Amino acid sequence: MAIGHEPGVGEEMSQARDELRRRRPEVRDHVTGEVRQETMIINMGPQHPSTHGVLRLLLELDGETVIRCKPIVGYLHTGIEKNTEYRTWVQGVAYVTRADYLSPFFNELAYCLSVERLLGIEAPPRAQVLRVLLCELNRIASHLVWVATGGMELGAVSVMLYGFRERELIIDIFEAVTGLRMNHAYIRPGGVIMDLPPDGARRIAKFLDTMPARIDDYERLLNDNPIWLERNVGVGMLSAEDALAFGVTGPLLRAAGAPVDLRKDEPYSGYETYDFDVPVRTEADSYARYVVRIAEMRESLRIVEQALERLREPGPVMVEDPKVGWPVKLSVGPDGIGNDEAYLHHIMEESMEALIHHFKMVTQGVRVPEGEVYTAVESPRGELGYYVVSANEYRPYRVHIRDPSFVNLQAVPTMVEGGLIADAIAVIASLDPVMGGVDR
Amino acid sequence: MNAEELAARIREGFRDVLLARDEVIVVVGRDELVDALVRLRDQPDLSFGFLSSITATDHPGREPRFWVVYELRSVEHVHRLRLKVGLPDDDPLVPSVTPLFPTSNWHEREVWDLFGIVFDGHPDLDRILLPDDWEGHPLRKDEELGGVGTQYHGAFIPPVDERSMP
Repeated sequence: MAIGHEPGVGEEMSQARDELRRRRPEVRDHVTGEVRQETMIINMGPQHPSTHGVLRLLLELDGETVIRCKPIVGYLHTGIEKNTEYRTWVQGVAYVTRADYLSPFFNELAYCLSVERLLGIEAPPRAQVLRVLLCELNRIASHLVWVATGGMELGAVSVMLYGFRERELIIDIFEAVTGLRMNHAYIRPGGVIMDLPPDGARRIAKFLDTMPARIDDYERLLNDNPIWLERNVGVGMLSAEDALAFGVTGPLLRAAGAPVDLRKDEPYSGYETYDFDVPVRTEADSYARYVVRIAEMRESLRIVEQALERLREPGPVMVEDPKVGWPVKLSVGPDGIGNDEAYLHHIMEESMEALIHHFKMVTQGVRVPEGEVYTAVESPRGELGYYVVSANEYRPYRVHIRDPSFVNLQAVPTMVEGGLIADAIAVIASLDPVMGGVDR
Repeated sequence: MNAEELAARIREGFRDVLLARDEVIVVVGRDELVDALVRLRDQPDLSFGFLSSITATDHPGREPRFWVVYELRSVEHVHRLRLKVGLPDDDPLVPSVTPLFPTSNWHEREVWDLFGIVFDGHPDLDRILLPDDWEGHPLRKDEELGGVGTQYHGAFIPPVDERSMP
């Protein structure tokens, strides 16, 4: 495969685009009768319902055909990377989880894996299983938002209702396990913050019973739906060569025939011990991306099932080293996550040393040795990488988030130019960008 | 190739190669950057054709002050490498690699936006995350942080770096 060459577009698309650029369109003014040659520049977004947040597209149109497209981002920039430089290592988790808000666990995992590599530690096995379990549930939830919003943008509003209905089942599990629906800060350097609640495994097992039939429903609704096919088949082509040249990863690359998945290529958190397949299609259009994502949801269910089986063995979920592990014991109560009563009693009434240790670890935390690492995980949108630099301090020196949505968006002009403006919406939908991750 | 083998292979062509935490780090001068990337990309047993990301770090008072960091990945051989270029405080300029790797376009704009490092030959070096009329480059360490005024007796919350820090 030739990689890194000057990017082209599909043969037909590029011919159509060149043809359009040569021919100056003629417009007759209906009042004066004067004939002018012109194109129209319109602004789509940043508040357009189909832009998945606040993405702005500058489009040059000839009639309904897009001649030029320029994506403009930055409307959600919140300075997450800068903020982490002024907080402790553990507080960093609470920041990065808010970057790509549809895949919080992946951000937490990639950040914590980086910190653990700098510390030279590894999370206990049970914590790793819990991480895999929650990440795969998160992948399903993220793909459900994609099928829901993508369907809605192309006119399939009922899919939107079903997608969000099933996502709610997963969010309920997250809430029971972590106390929060989103932005969990559940994965911490050294493990996870607490074990599953008593009914956690039962809830997940129930979800595993429900979900396969629901995915069948989506497929029954969409697979042979004439409108869905018309809007997606052959739309937004992006070849594997172009995808790699633009740095595009994830379902878009796999829908173009390249079986690139970091869970298989560079396994982390024990992914090499799970039995699952990487769905690949070769059509490289929007429809292939839909097929890949639906298949990925089924594979994620398989992984969740295996992870649940492994959780039968009890064990610690945080490293034993008191100089690294988070000291606080938490429990989920009626008002969400909170301090564990027994732990509070211990530090407030019984042990002065435990209180001092608690205070030291919570306010100051752990000193991380000097060094730098880049750790990447396979998020629902592709390679999510964290470049973390430590200067032997109690806080990071630099955290850079390589967010897949940010990189994937660069391919939009290639996919949109030469096509219809209505297809631009299908293309963005098939890309599944999350602007919180793009702008950070 | 595992990391040790890769480091040994890279040492054949590069002087400054470091192996740390199973990651291979190559340091080159900015004049050698484009040539180094082409060599890493085009040699069949390396084929670093996928540029994951470009970012930078700022170390005021040190020489070089800035490091521009290129994360390379080979999809065929499944290995990774980090290329670093040091830049002085008074001349933060590095050649753009957008002609080689189209994905660099936005990464370089981001680094320009947040660090003020100039990418020579970039087709459209413009701010990307911050507003066009923003002044300064906020990820530089010497950039001033803002505090927050409150409505309580004119109290002012100092910038985060002026509070007591761990």
